[in-house]
Amino acid sequence: MRTLETLNVGEKAVVELYTDNSLPLKLIEMGCTPGSMIEIIKKASFNDPLYICVDNNYLAIRKDLASKISVSD
Amino acid sequence: MINIALVGNPNTGKTSIFNILTGLNQKVGNYPGVTVNKKEGVCVLSNSIKANIIDLPGTYSLLPKSKDESVVIEYLTDDNSKPDITLVVVEPVNIKRNLFLFSQIKDLKTPVVLVVNMSDRLLKEGIYIDKETLSEQLDCSIVFTSSVKNTGFDDLKKTIIDLSENKKTCISTPVLSRLSEKYPELKKELSTYNNWIEKTNKFSPRNLEEEDEEHKGVQIKETIYRYQHISELLKISLKKDSSKGTGFRARLDKILLHNVFGYLVFFAITALMFQAVFSWSGYPMDLIDSGFADLSSWVASTLSQGILNDLLSEGLIPGIGGVVIFLPQIIVLFLFISILEETGYMSRVVFLMDKIMRKFGMSGKSVIPLISGTACAIPAIMATRNIENWKERLITILITPFTTCSARLPVYAILISLVIPEKTFFGFIGLQGLVLTGLYLLGFLSAIFSGYILNKIIKTKEKSYFVIEMPSYKMPIFKNVFITILEKSKAFVFGAGKIIVSLSIVLWFLASHGGDDFDNVETTVNKEIIGKSFSEEYIANKVSELKLKNSYIGKMGNFIEPAVRPLGYDWKIGIALITSFAAREVFVGTLATIYSVGDADMEGDTIKNRMTKEIRVATGKPLFDLPTGMSLLIFYVFAMQCIGTLAIVKKETKSWKWPILQLVSMTGIAYISAYITYIIF
Ligand SMILES: Nc1nc2c(ncn2[C@@H]2O[C@H](COP(=O)(O)OP(=O)(O)OP(=O)(O)O)[C@@H](O)[C@H]2O)c(=O)[nH]1
Ligand SMILES: [Mg+2]
Repeated sequence: MRTLETLNVGEKAVVELYTDNSLPLKLIEMGCTPGSMIEIIKKASFNDPLYICVDNNYLAIRKDLASKISVSD
Repeated sequence: MINIALVGNPNTGKTSIFNILTGLNQKVGNYPGVTVNKKEGVCVLSNSIKANIIDLPGTYSLLPKSKDESVVIEYLTDDNSKPDITLVVVEPVNIKRNLFLFSQIKDLKTPVVLVVNMSDRLLKEGIYIDKETLSEQLDCSIVFTSSVKNTGFDDLKKTIIDLSENKKTCISTPVLSRLSEKYPELKKELSTYNNWIEKTNKFSPRNLEEEDEEHKGVQIKETIYRYQHISELLKISLKKDSSKGTGFRARLDKILLHNVFGYLVFFAITALMFQAVFSWSGYPMDLIDSGFADLSSWVASTLSQGILNDLLSEGLIPGIGGVVIFLPQIIVLFLFISILEETGYMSRVVFLMDKIMRKFGMSGKSVIPLISGTACAIPAIMATRNIENWKERLITILITPFTTCSARLPVYAILISLVIPEKTFFGFIGLQGLVLTGLYLLGFLSAIFSGYILNKIIKTKEKSYFVIEMPSYKMPIFKNVFITILEKSKAFVFGAGKIIVSLSIVLWFLASHGGDDFDNVETTVNKEIIGKSFSEEYIANKVSELKLKNSYIGKMGNFIEPAVRPLGYDWKIGIALITSFAAREVFVGTLATIYSVGDADMEGDTIKNRMTKEIRVATGKPLFDLPTGMSLLIFYVFAMQCIGTLAIVKKETKSWKWPILQLVSMTGIAYISAYITYIIF
């Protein structure tokens, strides 16, 4: 399974079901729910943080958090 | 009067709506215990009905994760404060996420109105919302508004009046019953949403730092259920033409977030901002300065001699002048900051700077406090509230006072003009300006450097993640900018102003009273000069000099002189240092007061001239020479001299430990560096 930070800019994927409770609730509340379409819009210099779009919400998150989000094509 | 609360995600336009509904009829206060601005205002709904409107901070959810958010929940659930009507403000582009919060508020069972703001953007974004269907699905009234076009507000007022009469609450979402099916053991907790919120939120600040682990799994399920519910509804009532809308954002982001140009633009904007703060405000500041000086001498010469005259012309008026003089800078600074915030650019700065700031133990979000710290550390420290990681927030709070706030500027300005010669290099680079730039840089570098050190020292176990929204770009609404500036200026004048004015009165008192020795100065001098012939002038000067020495302030000054002598200061500067622990800008005023009290014929002379004439007793040379001046400048770069800042740090960190640490370490660094500087020069 892939995690979000391995996606290339512009590549689309689907957020997988969360298997544990380590993800911050805030991320889910902001619309990063399982089954939504997710895309990386831009990576900052040194690939961190990431500018993402998930289900029409534009967010910026750090790489450490992105590596905890599982995605599938 | 009906109480109405404005609730919604950040950036949906709550404050814009609030500004339209209340006009200038608003006041800003604080929630008890937390420093989050609470804005209240009165709105005239109809000839006979008025409403009290409360603008709440933006929140994504009722399950709180930061102080800002806990304010909203407490407000909405506490029986004492609970509003009669809640207006949930949403915007079309992120309507799904906005309705997530709406669904939670609706389950609280208070009368709600769904306000779809920014309706001017519906067409541009290719979004169609079927108002009737959605209103039926949600079982509540919907109003479309636009604060840019100023439309929909009559409709909104009418809806509020109707709702205040029938007090209808809408049916709950199916989320709670689904949850209690899945978790039968929590049936009691899930019986009402109020219950569940109370169960999962313990409002003590300690609990907010870490998430409620026990219920987190259930909260995640709740969130997912709510989103599923909303998606179902929107499938029917929302249509989106996805070919529209994102082009503008993408094009601007390409430049503003570019790995090279992005930073160039940011530095250009910052440079422009500093330039504006210091050069645009120069002229009004001079005007204010001379205006107050004129007022002072006018009062001194018009009013009959006596205590009241002295108090006004030597204490109160210069004191107030010392506050008002900073207004131009604060206005220009917040003009820039609020425009940058309104346009959505600030979030881009956070994105650009995050990685760099993290090396120094901070977050991209720390850039905003550091920038506004150049005006005043107090609002800057309040602006750290949205940094979710406690360690990053703490470090930002601790180092912000190193940035050169505008209160240091008058001190720098007068000292530089006294001791640095007016040389220029290459015809246009002035030495004085160079020194000033150097001092700013020194402040900034020491902030960054301390961040680096603190990052190594402070340890936390706390895990927290950085999630921010990247809002769409917008044209600023100038009414909002204007009201922000007004608000910040008021806060400065009435907050910092109070301290400065009361201090200058205390100072004036201490310098013009002093117990028995002080009262007997005339007799002492008269005894001394019996039989000798001195000029009138000599006697008058002798009297005022002795008076100052024997005043309360003179006694304090003599007491601390041994401590400041190694730095090259005399007791008068020592006093100015002590008083400027209340607020730095008091320094200049104090010297002005002391020197004017001390010398009869200097009345009406400018502060600078008075300081130039000051002689060092031991050598007979001018007191303000290069070593003393430089040593003072360096002292002011580092020293923690601001009661207001210490108070706000205590409030924001909920402990005396951190402000005391700041006071001791910064002042220690200041003393040592000033000492070294004095020796070098
Ligand atoms: N196009 C458009 N922009 C709007 C409208 N209302 C507000 N804005 C813009 O939206 C942004 C946010 O407005 P605010 O009123 O500060 O939003 P808020 O909900 O108070 O934000 P927080 O206090 O951060 O939660 C600003 O840039 C406004 O200029 C509107 O009706 N149409
Ligand atoms: Mg607001």
